Amino acid sequence: MEQSIIYLDNNATTALHEDVIAAMMSANALYGNASSMHEMGRKALAAIEESRRALGDLIDAPEAAIVFTSGASEANNTVFNLFRQRIDLGSSRKRIITTTIEHPSIIETANYLKTLGYRVDFCPVDRSGRVVMSEMEKLMGDDVALVSVMLGNNEIGTIQPVKEVARLARRHGAYVHTDATQAIGKIAVSMQDLDVDYLSLSAHKFYGPKGIGALVVKKGAPYAPFVHGGHQEDGRRAGTYNNSAIIGMGVAATIAKRDLAQEGARLWALREMLREGIEASIPNVVVNGSREHCLPGTLDVSFPRAEGESILLYLDLEGIMVSTGSACASGSLEPSYVLLASGVDIELAHGSIRFSFGRYNTEDEVRYVLEKLPSIIKRLREMSIR
Amino acid sequence: MSNFMAQWVYSPIVKDHFMNPRNTWSEEEHFEADGIGEVGSLACGDQMQVLIKVEHDTIAALRWLTYGCASAIASTSMMSELAVGLPLEEAYFLSPEKITEALGGLPEHKFHCSVLGDKALRAAIDDYLKKTGRPNPWQSQVAKVICECKQVTDIQVEELVKSKEVTTLEELANVTGYGTVCGKCKGQMALLFDQLTHLYNV
Repeated sequence: MEQSIIYLDNNATTALHEDVIAAMMSANALYGNASSMHEMGRKALAAIEESRRALGDLIDAPEAAIVFTSGASEANNTVFNLFRQRIDLGSSRKRIITTTIEHPSIIETANYLKTLGYRVDFCPVDRSGRVVMSEMEKLMGDDVALVSVMLGNNEIGTIQPVKEVARLARRHGAYVHTDATQAIGKIAVSMQDLDVDYLSLSAHKFYGPKGIGALVVKKGAPYAPFVHGGHQEDGRRAGTYNNSAIIGMGVAATIAKRDLAQEGARLWALREMLREGIEASIPNVVVNGSREHCLPGTLDVSFPRAEGESILLYLDLEGIMVSTGSACASGSLEPSYVLLASGVDIELAHGSIRFSFGRYNTEDEVRYVLEKLPSIIKRLREMSIR
Repeated sequence: MSNFMAQWVYSPIVKDHFMNPRNTWSEEEHFEADGIGEVGSLACGDQMQVLIKVEHDTIAALRWLTYGCASAIASTSMMSELAVGLPLEEAYFLSPEKITEALGGLPEHKFHCSVLGDKALRAAIDDYLKKTGRPNPWQSQVAKVICECKQVTDIQVEELVKSKEVTTLEELANVTGYGTVCGKCKGQMALLFDQLTHLYNV
């Protein structure tokens, strides 16, 4: 196979689906401000509302309010901000619980609130990166305002017991949020079944455009806007509607729902093909995360005695794009906090590589990776201290 | 940084040394070293070993091994090219700045954590002098790294204590970040801090 780009970083972002591109191109003609009363405004609004329905359909949330945001980071911040406001206004529930392996838009927001004096607890995870329910039970109490647990982890792919967490939280009267960004389009996500009050998602993780996402709010759950200054989104989020992005996300949602079952199976097959190939051709490797509860397209592997950034860049020179939990790639000195929180040894975290599959990956590409990767690891290990 | 970033993460020279590292110690090669130096740790994400052969007080040959990122590999490779042929004294004072310059520059955040080759070389020369029972006239002129993760040196700590900018170990950790990554320097730092606070009567 001749060298081309093999993109195995779909948890970072995905390519636009061709139908999404087509819909967004024609959406450029719908330039009207969807808040305007005239025909151009009404046409834009109708298309936007169609997207809202498609999105609600995808996550099985017929009655929920879908608030379009700039992405999941804004959606996550909106939820934390609204509970901060409730605490400020004198709610008797003054504590927030989240986990140690959330996305930075949760972890850093939670830590920011802590610096301001708010009480936030981080529930630990087990070796597979899964929330320890007994610890969650210990942390839970009638003073808890919000529990926020992600659905699928971006780095190691571990699927969290969100439904169990929600059941526990309900018994104590706490509200529940899940960041479902990585799960959408890969596993079935039903907001009703999970029984959560808030759900965040982002279009660019399921072949939609960047810069658009949503916060889904269950009917009756409290809400307060994060961005003030306009009556858009029924007063829930100010800012002129991003017509083409919202329309693109709607099309991506329709495709995600349509292809879910077959895509999930296909991604898992590719993931397993690569895992088996790596384990067969490279000695001394550690597969991180959970085998039983794993997003289908995610494979995170540690290669002892080979450093992650070097592996990533040698793969890059072969046209293979992946990501790493190594400190070097993060710009800080700390390797992946997700792996460290899962009890993975610091050296293994430095040598971790995430392969994340998407709808455009093929078995041929996996074979190409298996052709190149063993010699890269061998070479780095030979250069390593013996 | 210049605009080569769009082309690749590092300069073309770094790329060349990363793809074709010079003077690495292959498993097959029997290399009779006169001095061996090792710095860094796996926990820090960078660890390297330098082996030297010394003839007439110059570095006659050098081999190295590195566990680390692309700039760690490239900077050690570049160090090995610069060091061979140098008199011991010059080799002892080979600076990370000189290595970085020869590489055509490195991103700011890479300079401190990944350019360790000069320190490993110095450790190898220390080892050589010790093994041959010779005095080490240069050692006292060079700062000693206590915390390898955050590159905190004894001289840096001494200045902070002397100027009373820090009066407790907690403050020292806040200012320098020592001990926050792998933590293995904590004991040594506490000892040094104790000595310095006595010395300067803090």
